[in-house]
Amino acid sequence: MSYIPHTPAETRAMLAEIGVRSIDELFEAAPQSHRFPALDLPPPMSEMEVAAEMLAISEANDHGQDFAIFRGAGAYHHFIPSVVNHILLRGEFYTAYTPYQPEISQGTLQATYEYQSMMCALTGMDAANASHYDGATSLAEAVTVALEASRHRRRKVILSHAIHPQYREVVRAYHQGRDIRIIGDRGRGEIVDLLEMLDDNTAMLALQYPNFFGQIDDLATVAEAVHEAGALLVIVANPMALSLFKSPGELGADIVVGEGQSMGVPLGFGGPYLGYFAIRQKYVRRIAGRIIGETRDADGKRAFVMTLRPREQDIKRERATSNICTNQGLMALAASVYMALMGKNGLRQVGELNYHKAHYAAERINRLDGYSVDMSKPFFNEFVVACPRPVEEINTALLEEGIIGGYDLGPHYFHLQDHMLVCVTETNGKDEIDRLVEVMGGLG
Amino acid sequence: MAGYLPEQALQPLIYDIGAPGRSGVNLPECDVPRATLPAELTRDDLPLPEVGEVQVVRHFVKLSQLNYSIDQGLYPLGSCTMKYNPKINEDAARLPGFAQLHPLTDESGAQGALFLMHELQGWLGEISGFEAVSLSPAAGAQGEFAGILMIRQYHIDRGEGQRDIILVPNSAHGTNPATVTMAGMEVRELPADAQGNVDMRALHAACEGDLRDRIAGMMITVPSTLGLFESTILEVIETVHDAGGLMYMDGANMNALMGVVKPGELGFDVMHYNLHKTFSTPHGGGGPGSGAVGVNEKLKPYLPGPIVEVVAEEDGDTPPLYGFVMPEKSIGRMKAFHGNFGMHLRAYAYIRVYGDSGIRDVTRYAVLNANYLRARLMRSYRVPYPRYCGHEFVLEGHIEGVDEVHALDISKRLMDYGFHPPTNYFPLIVPEALLIEPTETEVKEDLDAFVEAMERIAEEARTEPETLLNAPHTAPVRRLDEVRAAKELVLCCAPALPSYS
Repeated sequence: MSYIPHTPAETRAMLAEIGVRSIDELFEAAPQSHRFPALDLPPPMSEMEVAAEMLAISEANDHGQDFAIFRGAGAYHHFIPSVVNHILLRGEFYTAYTPYQPEISQGTLQATYEYQSMMCALTGMDAANASHYDGATSLAEAVTVALEASRHRRRKVILSHAIHPQYREVVRAYHQGRDIRIIGDRGRGEIVDLLEMLDDNTAMLALQYPNFFGQIDDLATVAEAVHEAGALLVIVANPMALSLFKSPGELGADIVVGEGQSMGVPLGFGGPYLGYFAIRQKYVRRIAGRIIGETRDADGKRAFVMTLRPREQDIKRERATSNICTNQGLMALAASVYMALMGKNGLRQVGELNYHKAHYAAERINRLDGYSVDMSKPFFNEFVVACPRPVEEINTALLEEGIIGGYDLGPHYFHLQDHMLVCVTETNGKDEIDRLVEVMGGLG
Repeated sequence: MAGYLPEQALQPLIYDIGAPGRSGVNLPECDVPRATLPAELTRDDLPLPEVGEVQVVRHFVKLSQLNYSIDQGLYPLGSCTMKYNPKINEDAARLPGFAQLHPLTDESGAQGALFLMHELQGWLGEISGFEAVSLSPAAGAQGEFAGILMIRQYHIDRGEGQRDIILVPNSAHGTNPATVTMAGMEVRELPADAQGNVDMRALHAACEGDLRDRIAGMMITVPSTLGLFESTILEVIETVHDAGGLMYMDGANMNALMGVVKPGELGFDVMHYNLHKTFSTPHGGGGPGSGAVGVNEKLKPYLPGPIVEVVAEEDGDTPPLYGFVMPEKSIGRMKAFHGNFGMHLRAYAYIRVYGDSGIRDVTRYAVLNANYLRARLMRSYRVPYPRYCGHEFVLEGHIEGVDEVHALDISKRLMDYGFHPPTNYFPLIVPEALLIEPTETEVKEDLDAFVEAMERIAEEARTEPETLLNAPHTAPVRRLDEVRAAKELVLCCAPALPSYS
């Protein structure tokens, strides 16, 4: 019986111990009128058959081993060193539960503590939690922290339109039951326009870095203006870009959130990913979710434990500010192993490969007849291309050449019809980029 | 703090090993002309570790060895359903067609993934008797949140936005009341009666009194967090419905229900599934979870999106075309993209293995194992509620005449016998609660060994209580100073960056 190990003799012995004749007798408290319904499911399958079926289903998808991927928009195709997967496949890590019993969970606890530390190093923040579900929910949780920090006296949240459209949808979904206003992202406002919306009712202002269009805005003076209004500055950052660009901490952010998928987590059709969440010391006790701290055991030995527990839903119940219970533990481990392997030099090198390749592609596409690339601001590994015809047509042609083209911005931004967001990473060789340019050129 | 190395560290921190200039990766040369980096926007320092590949492997392997996991032994953690995580599912998740599939791939190029999600939606609906399922919530807590937001919107759309109270039994998981608050609604707690059921008098009083018009619904776990089937569940559902409220079922304990009852048929309006409990996806040291949500016809238009539907029917040799759809009055998106797909495919493979004739056995043997442990442990521990249990049961971690020994001490001592402890101090309504859930994948020999360990611990409590009070003795570390952790708040060991002023 698949993963159920009982022999008939054992089942009989166990039933005798309990004092019943059949397993079904144990269900007498379930309403008889509805007990033991028929189940319309497919018949069982052996492991061999399941393996074959999963392979067949997976091959009905256009994936990164058969196609060159030039699509990002919040999920990135990066190289993942083999070590990451081998560590994730340690049963001691992936078949363990939340480290509620720290004496036998030091592996998970220390690895998570190291993840928190490396996220602090990348973002320039004082503390990071053990992760949220993804970048979008991390931003939604940052809104809660900002509202709490103002003791709910401030009820306005300013979001840039250059934050990932789905992240903004998630923020709205999370806070639909709250009496707050979310503004700023319905137009095409630049950062200066957003700063003008600040007032003494504003709890926070959020920007994306690089923004959804791949651009690096100069944020040198933003924090001052936000803080002057008494609001919090929240920056949604792609950690991969932080390998090269100034840390949000250096720029004065109070909370830094984002999607950690770039670092060691495969595309996987959108999840599981991990939302990182980092914050200044001043607000650390308002952070939601799990957080690991250092302590000592009864012998004075250094050890790690889940801390600030009284904030959490299982203790605080209806007074908790978030119901989050799990974190993305295994994905945080992946990011931890990835960052440790890459380290100071490797991560910078990956960042530079992304930067140079994206710029090479952008310059070549910009020279094509009918296309133009927005080069008005510096960018990291994504850029916006104005196309001579609908993005869908271009992508269909690219697909025939084994290329997954850029993301169509039209459905999300009225002013960006026939614009595509192209992403180039270290996984795209020069030959792939040249092929992309050639096919696009043929459609000019 | 880097460079600080306590004498007795189990394993040095990643920042305390390595050497300047070392790296754990070998990357290709840049094959395109180099562009200029804008100096005024770049950072000066990236304070990450500098460690070699072999060092990284050994570091994390040694850390892994400090953990306890299902792959090592029985993990009877109540309400968490720590069943075996099939290895084949891990292989499937790593197939390039899944692992290297971009979430924003055109739907025509993701038909395999969409087909799988569509099948899984249907199977989960069938198992629990619901009309429609959304796979988008990332975890059980998000499924709850989606469920309560749907209930809220349903009432608003009917012009009954004043309905803002959600009833929650006092035995509920902490996520239930926290969820209600997050949705901007109000919690009313209901007491349990002597049998562990919801106190019907209190329920009737809440639903028939002054608050009747404010009742939005009720959240309840079935079987309850005590592992008991509420014998009055149909009356509970009817009472709340009569008051105009909707019923939310917390599906954390679905491992006790598959093929036994369908919550949708009992009258529930909405429930969440924990794919990481019932459907064997690994817990990963704390996550990822996956918290699909199922609803009846009433709430179908409100589901969080996107969900997968057939957007063009099968036609001759052309297979059906699957696509993402946002339900008509959707409460919105719970996360970016479309749920934790990696968990969906594992749950798919899991249900496929058991199929129509086997899925009920999961529940039958989970309940058999729990009742077997309960029957044997009743001889040495007090077990409240004299009824057969579901997939888990609670016992009191208190030994007659030995007041200084608590549930926590019994738990810590179990580690010395090679077992993960049960859930401690939950549910809150049982003193010194030890909530035990063995799951169906445990063999009788291991259950017997667990019972023997528990019996020896009960004996030790009487003869040598100190051994329990100082346990564990053989774990990598002894009991931790949690107060110190919260007071000193050392959360990061990275070298500090130049700070913003």
